[in-house]
Amino acid sequence: MKVLVAVKRVVDYNVKVRVKSDNSGVDIANVKMSMNPFDEIAVEEAVRLKEKGVVTEVIAVSCGVAQCQETLRTAMAIGADRGILVETTEELQPLAVAKLLKALVDKEQPGLIILGKQAIDDDCNQTGQMLAALADLPQATFASKVELTADKASVTREVDGGLETLSVSLPAVITTDLRLNEPRYVTLPNIMKAKKKQLDVFKPEDLGVDVAPRIKTLKVMEPAKRSAGIKVPDVAALVDKLKNVAKVI
Amino acid sequence: MTTLVIAEHDNASIKGATLNTVTAASAIGGEVHVLVAGHNAGAAAAAAAHIAGVTKVIHADGATLEAGLAENMAAQVLALIANSGGDYTHILFPATAAGKNVAPRVAAKLDVGQISDITQVDSPDTFERPIYAGNAVATVQSSDTVKVITVRTTGFDAAAATGGSAAVETVAAASDSGKSSFVGREVTKNDRPELTAANVIVSGGRALGSSEKFNEVMIPLADKLGAAIGASRAAVDAGYAANDLQVGQTGKIVAPQLYVACGISGAIQHLAGMKDSKVIVAINKDPEAPIFSVADFGLEADLFVAVPELVSAL
Repeated sequence: MKVLVAVKRVVDYNVKVRVKSDNSGVDIANVKMSMNPFDEIAVEEAVRLKEKGVVTEVIAVSCGVAQCQETLRTAMAIGADRGILVETTEELQPLAVAKLLKALVDKEQPGLIILGKQAIDDDCNQTGQMLAALADLPQATFASKVELTADKASVTREVDGGLETLSVSLPAVITTDLRLNEPRYVTLPNIMKAKKKQLDVFKPEDLGVDVAPRIKTLKVMEPAKRSAGIKVPDVAALVDKLKNVAKVI
Repeated sequence: MTTLVIAEHDNASIKGATLNTVTAASAIGGEVHVLVAGHNAGAAAAAAAHIAGVTKVIHADGATLEAGLAENMAAQVLALIANSGGDYTHILFPATAAGKNVAPRVAAKLDVGQISDITQVDSPDTFERPIYAGNAVATVQSSDTVKVITVRTTGFDAAAATGGSAAVETVAAASDSGKSSFVGREVTKNDRPELTAANVIVSGGRALGSSEKFNEVMIPLADKLGAAIGASRAAVDAGYAANDLQVGQTGKIVAPQLYVACGISGAIQHLAGMKDSKVIVAINKDPEAPIFSVADFGLEADLFVAVPELVSAL
C-alpha cells in the first residue's frame, strides 16, 4: 500500500512573526522556515507504517514555492521514498491545496493519505477534511493512534472531553494530532541519502487545478496588546489583589 | 439572508459553544436557524428553540447521526442547504473538535473557501480571525455565495439560553456513508466545569514534574476555586495531564474570568490559547518566564510552596 503525506513549509514555530507596517501581512523575509510540526508527525507515522511492513511506499507532497523542495528533502530524510512538488507562487488557500492533492490522489491511488491537522501559520485546520470530501473518502482527524489492517484503519482521535475511536475503510484521510508520535531527528547520512531520492515537479495547470484564492485578506493587524501587570511579593498580597482589585474571587 | 448554526449538543442539552455561535450568527444579520442533528435529541432541539434570537430549529434524528461522524453530518448539512432554495447564505459551526471536523467537508463539497475561527463579524462578508498563534489578526473577505465559517467561542458572548420560542421542524436523517463507523469513546470523567466554559481555570505546566504531583498540587486549588483544570503542552506531552486539557494554539482556546498559570513558562503557543482571559495570575520561580509579560499578577515563587499556601489562604 502506498501512503501519500502532505507537508507544508511554514515559519518555524519558534519565530514570533511581526506584522508589516503597511498591514498587508506578516513579515516572513529572512525568517527561519521549517516543516509544519503536525506534518512532521504525519511523515513520521507514514515511515513507521513502512518500517512495520504494512506500507510499501511513502510519497511526500508539498504545494507552494520552489523552496518547498527543502521541506520535501526533510520528509525524505525522515524516510519518505520520493517527493512531489506542485510549484506555484500563487497564495495557496486550503481549498486549492485540497484540489491539488485530490488530483495527485487520483494519479497515485494511495491506500492512505496523512496530513497534519493544522498549519501553524494560517491556523486553518481544513485541508485534510476538504481533501476527504473532494475524493469522497472517509476521514479520521486529530489522530493520536493509528492501526492498519488490510482494508481498514482504526484511529483514536483527540476530541473535546477525551478520546474516541473510529474505524474507517481504506483509502482514507487521516490528520495528525500532537500525541500520535514523536518525530525522529534526521541524521546526516539520511539527509545525504534524501538528496538522491526522486523529486518530481508539477505546475497546478499540469493537474488541471484552478488555485486562485477565494478569500481576500483586506488587512493584517497587530492583536490588542495585553500590558504586563505587576509582581506581587507573596501569596497574601496575591489573594488581596484578586479579592479587592480584580474582584474575581 | 439566513444563517444556519450547527448546534453542539449531547442529545439532552445544548452545549455552551452553540450559544456563542448564535451570537456570531445574529451579528451577521438576517434570520438564524439552528440544526440539531443527533439521535433521540428531542430535548436538545427543544432547548435550542428557547435560545434568544433563533427563528427556527431543524431537528434531524437518526442512528446515523448519533456519533457525529463527519461524513454523515456533512451530508445532513449539505441536504439542508440544497433544500433551502438558496436561503442559507452563512453556515456557522462552533470551532470545537466536532465543528472543525465537519465544516471543511461541507465547504469543499460546496466548492467554497472556509473561514476558520472568526473572532469578529465586520459585515456579512468580512470577518476577523487570528493567525500565527494569535500574533496577528487578519481581516478577510469572502465572495463565495455560501460562507462556511467556524466561530471561536471566546470571541463572542453567549446568547441567552432562554427567551426564544422558535418553531421546531423535523427532517429526515442523512443516510450512512458506509465508509466509517464509531467504535468507542473514552470520556475523561470529572465533576469540574468544562474547560472552554469555565469561569476560573487553574493550569499546570512542566514544572509540576509528574502526574502525581500535578494532581496533588492542582486539584486542591481547582476545588477551592471551583475551577476547571488546564495544562500546557509540555505537561500533556510528559503525561502529567490528559490530552483534552491542553490549552494553546492547537489545543483549547479559553478566556475565563480568572486564569491561574502554575509552573508554565508561557511559550507563544500557550499564550495563544489563554491571553484573552480577563485576569491572569502567573506563579513561576523563573523571573524571566514569558508568562509574566501577560500576567496581571505575577508571583515569583516555588509553586510547590506557593500553591498550597494559596489554597489555605483562599
